[in-house]
Amino acid sequence: MFQLPSQLRRRFKKIVITLHPKRLFKIPIDAECINPDVFAEKSAKEIATLQIWEGNRKRTLGDLFKIKHETDSSSEKPTIRICGDVGKVRKIGAKMSMGNIIIEGDAGMHLGEEMNGGVITVTGNADSWTGAMMKKGTIEIKGNAGDYIGASYRGSTRGMSGGKIIIHGNAGNEVGCFMRKGLIRVHGNTGQFTGIHMRKGTIFLEGNSEGRAGAQMIKGKIVVCGRVPSILPTFTIESVKSKVKVNDEKVTGPFYMFVGDLAEGGEGKLYVSQKQNPHLSFYEKYL
Amino acid sequence: MDIAIKDGKIVEKIDERKAKFVDASGMMVMPGGVDIHCHIAGAEVNSGRLLRPEDHIKDVEVKTTLTRSGVGYSIPSTFTTGYRYSRMGYTTIMNPSMPPLEARHTHEELDDTPMVDKASYPLLGDWWFVLEHLRDGLIEECAAHVAWIMTATKGYAIKIVNPGGLEAWGFGGNVRNVDDPVPHFNITSREIIRGLCKVNKLLNLPHTIHVHTNNLGKPGNYMTALETMKCVEDLAEEDRPIIHITHSQFSAFKGSDWRTMSSGAEEIAKYVNHHNHVTLDMGQVIFTDTTTMTADGPFQYGLYQLTGNKWVNHDVETETSSGIVPFRYKRKSAVHATQWSIGLELALLIKDPWKICMTTDHPNAGPFTAYPSIITWLMSQVARKKTMMKISKRARRKSLLPSIDREYGFYEIATVTRAGQAKILGLKQKGHLGVGADADVAVYNVNPELVDPSRKYKTVRRAFKKAAYTIKGGEVVVKDGQIVKPVYGKTFWLDVKTSLPMEINDDLKQKFREYWTIEYENYSIPESFLRVSAPISIKAEV
Repeated sequence: MFQLPSQLRRRFKKIVITLHPKRLFKIPIDAECINPDVFAEKSAKEIATLQIWEGNRKRTLGDLFKIKHETDSSSEKPTIRICGDVGKVRKIGAKMSMGNIIIEGDAGMHLGEEMNGGVITVTGNADSWTGAMMKKGTIEIKGNAGDYIGASYRGSTRGMSGGKIIIHGNAGNEVGCFMRKGLIRVHGNTGQFTGIHMRKGTIFLEGNSEGRAGAQMIKGKIVVCGRVPSILPTFTIESVKSKVKVNDEKVTGPFYMFVGDLAEGGEGKLYVSQKQNPHLSFYEKYL
Repeated sequence: MDIAIKDGKIVEKIDERKAKFVDASGMMVMPGGVDIHCHIAGAEVNSGRLLRPEDHIKDVEVKTTLTRSGVGYSIPSTFTTGYRYSRMGYTTIMNPSMPPLEARHTHEELDDTPMVDKASYPLLGDWWFVLEHLRDGLIEECAAHVAWIMTATKGYAIKIVNPGGLEAWGFGGNVRNVDDPVPHFNITSREIIRGLCKVNKLLNLPHTIHVHTNNLGKPGNYMTALETMKCVEDLAEEDRPIIHITHSQFSAFKGSDWRTMSSGAEEIAKYVNHHNHVTLDMGQVIFTDTTTMTADGPFQYGLYQLTGNKWVNHDVETETSSGIVPFRYKRKSAVHATQWSIGLELALLIKDPWKICMTTDHPNAGPFTAYPSIITWLMSQVARKKTMMKISKRARRKSLLPSIDREYGFYEIATVTRAGQAKILGLKQKGHLGVGADADVAVYNVNPELVDPSRKYKTVRRAFKKAAYTIKGGEVVVKDGQIVKPVYGKTFWLDVKTSLPMEINDDLKQKFREYWTIEYENYSIPESFLRVSAPISIKAEV
């Protein structure tokens, strides 16, 4: 997506667009146009004519949402507020490069896909593929998230390559698949295969993992503060660390530090809390 | 000057009062483009499509009232392939690797590739029957067998890939040079190439043998390429080509390992300049993300080990093998940049443009949509220099390109993109605009008398990207780079008449029963299976 020239950006800086869903959506909606870059240049009427797909039917944004266009002196960049459940609406904020999106409710799949800047906040839950292939910016989810957070497109080896994803609830399987850079922080638990195929970057998991963390990882860092059922046999224990640095923050442990995935010749680091995982104490004899 | 077209052929004169005119004043008129080597159909290409969803999402074509939708950048879907070729002014393309067992699938996909005439080369270099006949010195029986397989699989030329190596790969091995014996057959690569070259001559096939050399893509392999060309030197007659070395860029590496790898283009060009029995095609590398796919299983396995990418490898029963690995050619990689340089060096150092064809070995070294870029590199030193500035320093230091000041003219471009290719293929009605030729014409919006391709290379590139008109079989199918009429091209195949047809005995049928998953009776493809069949009758000498 193109980047607006800075003069133009200043001209549109005090815009807040509020979208209210007109009804409960039952069929998936593809709405790549809900994006501050697209909205910035347009009036409420123009926004209402933007095209989206509901299932296999072409619709306009005005058909499905009540649109309110207002100026707000406190906001500095274009902000889109969505009030209501948009759990069926996919690709919100895909490829956005600036501004804010606030979703007061649930968000659908592919939220902030290939995002290049700006902030997305979701007060409810988010679905799978949130922040897939994102390059810059921040996504914050107050609820839970689905699978493939910050992952790559199917078949591709280019996952998230920058930015930050913060999930206050739980996340599904394969968080950070093929991740290349950036940070994913999950306050809750994650499913299986956290950090699969990871190339670089950091995953900070405060809750428990369902296991197989770091499978086929080559580089990067995964920190698990909670419980892990077992460590993959292709990881070896390196040492016990009292503290781990996650970006600028220091997390106190102690942590077992594993290196792997050796099946891929990887040097990825997997930190697992010593206290929460007494069943892993047998690894200590290999130190 | 006017070109008159009637009933799909170019004729001397037509009744001007009834004729429809296409105004090409101030533009460049060429025969429709011919591509001698591009993997566009078949089991292998389709597996490549399955393997790469990420290749599809980045290039999507929406359906229009005339054209179908399609996806794929390096391996577009069949219909899209046809449209894209046609938009660039191409009208004839050749699918170079068809395992005979997969002929049915290949022809199904070729039938679904519109806008162009096409043909396919069956892979015969590692066929058990061929190996057995050649081992026993039965050239005439082998010829009869090849004649049968051409008709049975509706093929066009003899394709040989890594002769002997693919059979060895069935047992996890490979052959290292042309004199390495093939396990279980006690025959060498040299004998296979020479044998099939003799067979090709006995059968009077229009094209020569189409050879992908041993040791492809390994440093130091230019020696193997030279050996391969030399090994049939004595079979040449009357300066006619008898061997075609395909994607020769991949066979022109010097050095002992990847660090010391450099260009062997000079040696190969020197040999080709002094010998008339050999023709080449470039296999020019494009810096992009593409998909490599060849029948050369061991090479593809090596490529997987090199890159760690996802991969497919397959042994096609008693016939051949195959492999697929996605690959990204990077400007800053010394090896990839050297490969880029080798392709252009070959094209520029070989003096006679009739001996070299412009290809990318689509999609192995890059997708065919990059042809306009290659044309500009060949025509303009400035364009070459500009790309040169962006490549790896080590490769730039070693490259021969700065010392070459040759620039192709439009006639030479017409030769390497159509006339020469058609001549090498033996397609008499293609690649020229003389009376009697097929009415396949490409009109490009560039005035060769006014535009200096050396400086205005961007104009030239733009013109070759989108043909102003493409005329296929006498109909305007593309106008201003847009499809205006979808048509289905013909499928050429050889109907080889031998005086002694192959003896079909119980022994042969028994072998099919024992070694193939398809019985002899179901092996041949009937002519009615092809959408538009265009058999070429050939009288063999045996």
